[in-house]
Amino acid sequence: MCGIVGLFLKDKALEPKLGAMLSEMLVSLSDRGPDSAGIAIYGPSSKGKAKITIQSARPEQDFDGLAAELGKVVAAKVAMQVKSTHAVIEVPAGKLEAARDALPALRPDVRVMGAGDAVEIFKEVGLPRQVVERFGVDAMGGTHGIGHTRMATESAVTTLGAHPFSTGPDQCLVHNGSLSNHNNVRRDLVRKGMRFETENDTEVAAAYISSRLKDGSDLGEALEGTLSDLDGFFTFVVGTRNGFGVVRDPIACKPAVMAETDQYVAFGSEYRALAGLPGIAEAKVWEPEPAKVYFWEH
Amino acid sequence: MPVVIDLAKSSLRDLNQALHDIPDGSNETAWEVLNPRGSHAVAAGVDKPVSVDVRGSVGYYCGGMNDGGEITVHGSAGPGVAENMMSGVIVVKGDASQYAGATGRGGLLVIEGNASSRCGISMKGIDIVVHGSIGHMSAFMAQSGTLVVLGDAGDALGDSIYEAKLFVRGAVKSLGADCVKKKMKPKHLERLRELLERAGVTGVEPEEFTRYGSARKLYNFNIDNADAY
Amino acid sequence: MTYRNPPTAPRKSATFDDYTLSEIRRAAATGIYDIRGAGAKRKLPHFDDLLFLGASISRYPLEGYRERCGTEVVLGSRHAKNPIELKIPITIAGMSFGSLSGPAKEALGRGATIAGTSTTTGDGGMTEEERGHSQTLVYQYLPSRYGMNPRDLRRADAIEIVVGQGAKPGGGGMLLGQKISDRVADMRTLPKGIDQRSACRHPDWTGPDDLEIKILEIREITDWEKPIYVKIGGARPYYDTALAVKSGADVVVLDGMQGGTAATQEVFIEHVGMPTLACIRPAVKALQDLGMHRKVQLIVSGGIRNGADVAKALALGADAVSIGTAALVALGDNDPRWEAEYNDLGTTAGAYDDWHEGKDPAGITTQDPDLMLRLDPAAAGRRLANYLKVMTLEAQTIARACGKNHVHNLEPEDLCALTVEAAAMAQVPLAGTDWIPGRNGY
Repeated sequence: MCGIVGLFLKDKALEPKLGAMLSEMLVSLSDRGPDSAGIAIYGPSSKGKAKITIQSARPEQDFDGLAAELGKVVAAKVAMQVKSTHAVIEVPAGKLEAARDALPALRPDVRVMGAGDAVEIFKEVGLPRQVVERFGVDAMGGTHGIGHTRMATESAVTTLGAHPFSTGPDQCLVHNGSLSNHNNVRRDLVRKGMRFETENDTEVAAAYISSRLKDGSDLGEALEGTLSDLDGFFTFVVGTRNGFGVVRDPIACKPAVMAETDQYVAFGSEYRALAGLPGIAEAKVWEPEPAKVYFWEH
Repeated sequence: MPVVIDLAKSSLRDLNQALHDIPDGSNETAWEVLNPRGSHAVAAGVDKPVSVDVRGSVGYYCGGMNDGGEITVHGSAGPGVAENMMSGVIVVKGDASQYAGATGRGGLLVIEGNASSRCGISMKGIDIVVHGSIGHMSAFMAQSGTLVVLGDAGDALGDSIYEAKLFVRGAVKSLGADCVKKKMKPKHLERLRELLERAGVTGVEPEEFTRYGSARKLYNFNIDNADAY
Repeated sequence: MTYRNPPTAPRKSATFDDYTLSEIRRAAATGIYDIRGAGAKRKLPHFDDLLFLGASISRYPLEGYRERCGTEVVLGSRHAKNPIELKIPITIAGMSFGSLSGPAKEALGRGATIAGTSTTTGDGGMTEEERGHSQTLVYQYLPSRYGMNPRDLRRADAIEIVVGQGAKPGGGGMLLGQKISDRVADMRTLPKGIDQRSACRHPDWTGPDDLEIKILEIREITDWEKPIYVKIGGARPYYDTALAVKSGADVVVLDGMQGGTAATQEVFIEHVGMPTLACIRPAVKALQDLGMHRKVQLIVSGGIRNGADVAKALALGADAVSIGTAALVALGDNDPRWEAEYNDLGTTAGAYDDWHEGKDPAGITTQDPDLMLRLDPAAAGRRLANYLKVMTLEAQTIARACGKNHVHNLEPEDLCALTVEAAAMAQVPLAGTDWIPGRNGY
């Protein structure tokens, strides 16, 4: 079980503070999820470039010389910024797929956390305050982001078990709740060629959305699909290139609160997470209805 | 002069212990709580005739098991406000999240904004008046007490209801198992009038409401009603 | 000479046995599922499949009497101002007033108090009889919230948040109209004589993240004085125990499928849940993985019958056990002296489980005023105290034979198993071997 947060900025003046605002929201929910935390920030993208966020349990060994080696394989300039156990690799946009395909051979133990034009995803074991400090999230700017702090229910407390789970280019998902048919759904998705790293139910939800998008659905249809194809209790918050989406299961027991002003749209598992946002006293505050897909885009 | 406790400086534990330790017959009957910022269990377990003004929004279970106080939330309330209330009054100026008044046994809960899903779930004697609308699965397994809604009600109102009485002025999206429209009698109108007045509602007549309650078909098992379970 | 085919012997089916055939007939006649009380009745891997390895040359036993073998246990030391101190590691499990008569609840209180242990309220709330006669009373906090009020919460010695029970993990309480007497109806805020419907989830929280906040609220209302127990039915004991700890529980109560209920569907009792034996090691491992073993105490229930069961549960890592069905038998439930009346009810002593009908000849699982008089609470209380005494002495005898000066010093290594299933579930070697199925990859 967990706490989840999301922040979508309408006011450009707030963009440099996105990381700081999202971090404060996440830290306020630490009680709900003491095991691990993760954040996806949709930050500034350089024209013509794409990013891959990777993670390693042995960063000194794995990250050393990786940029140069990768650059050779994809025949392009590769830049890399290391942040603790994670690193953000920057490649020309056209070389993104080639770089992802090359990574397993170069560094078999490195994991891809996310990839796309804008998204960077950081997740680790530990309290939210520890996780955001480790990756310098407070200093990051961006247009929108989602975050998650985890109390593991049935799968292990590991880095990989943490959310957000990446579902596709610039797409990721966080989840509060507990699915009940994820094992069957996982088997179906494996048959369709999807790969899984964990036993986690949320990873199945992320892969389901990914799979629907691959089959040609748009994000709204994929989120609608979760209502009929996934069973259990869930609130999903999904991040995309230009915005974020929210959907709750039809029974809607897991909590969800939203707040909107001229400056932002925010989501939190509890009002506490929103209490520090600017102008919250005058914000429109409401609870998303069950079985309804909500979406905001730039 | 009210006793003021600022949750930005004092702990929740200090606040609640102070409220529990008020001696009988004390003249410190007015309290103010500042900066709740979504804290949980604010003023839970109050059992003295005191008034508590909470300046801001609260988290879960505000006023839980309250027995005789008067608590006003000048903001919104999270899930479970007034849960298991025994007696007294709780007023929420803003909106209330889900489970408002859950299993409440007495007293009056007034929500001036909207209430979310499961309002009055398993209620056991509490009176709830919502100026706005309520969400789905409200009054689920409601055993006794009264729920009054000036706005609309969501899906499955009164599912599996026992003897609680529901009065809705707006539209009901759908009724739950064994919950049906019922005839409005003079005694119901009287009760409704009294509750509306206590809840500070003006400009609304009891005749504008429709009464809902139990069809009592699930009271003893009958195979022909098995689909309702 | 004509050679006629000799007939084969008549053979009943193991799949369609007598019980199954009668159940199909009953279902066809009534159109409703069978409801009964008690726990799982079918044969399951249980404590009888484990044996203790007594002292010989490599280990030395303790003398009885002079060489002390302690049995005390402290429950709820994690957060509470006033943890529970018990003389024996055996408590009386939650059973409702409503499913049991008032005199029966009084008898449980009397017996437990003599023995220096606690009783637990059930789905009907706290009665004056039980609070008055029970020196240490655990107050259950259930999905139904029947009778729940802060006064009782504050005069309880501990609070047990019930998420589920072993007989029906995932199910709620059930009491049929026959037992909703005036008094029961009043306590549960229900019309007299109707069937009580059950909620299977708590009305105002779902999930361990919410449970943490609910536990905070209950602590705030009771000024952090009392231990908070969380009771779960055995299903996913590793995860459930870990989550109970993360939500803030001081004590975890784990109930296996042999644990009894007042009434629920037969199909729930026999086909949902896990044997008690299989629940214990995963729960203990969860506590150990979190560094909380012995800091958050574990109480195990579901088919505890004698001191050997007590000792085995403790050896596997529990801090205490709880008895329900066994306590009722000690009071006089299913006693052969009422055989004629059991026959009239279509059953026999030892098999009677239609407790929901409220016709109990022993006067225990009934609200009938005449039947209730058959139980003398003081005499029945003494019987319970005697039984608890015997269980404690048996556990001490075993512990001393294993060289322990306190029953908590029993360990898994004091045990061996008679079957492969028991060896795998209890994670102790098959007798005479060093094989624990599943360990070391085989």
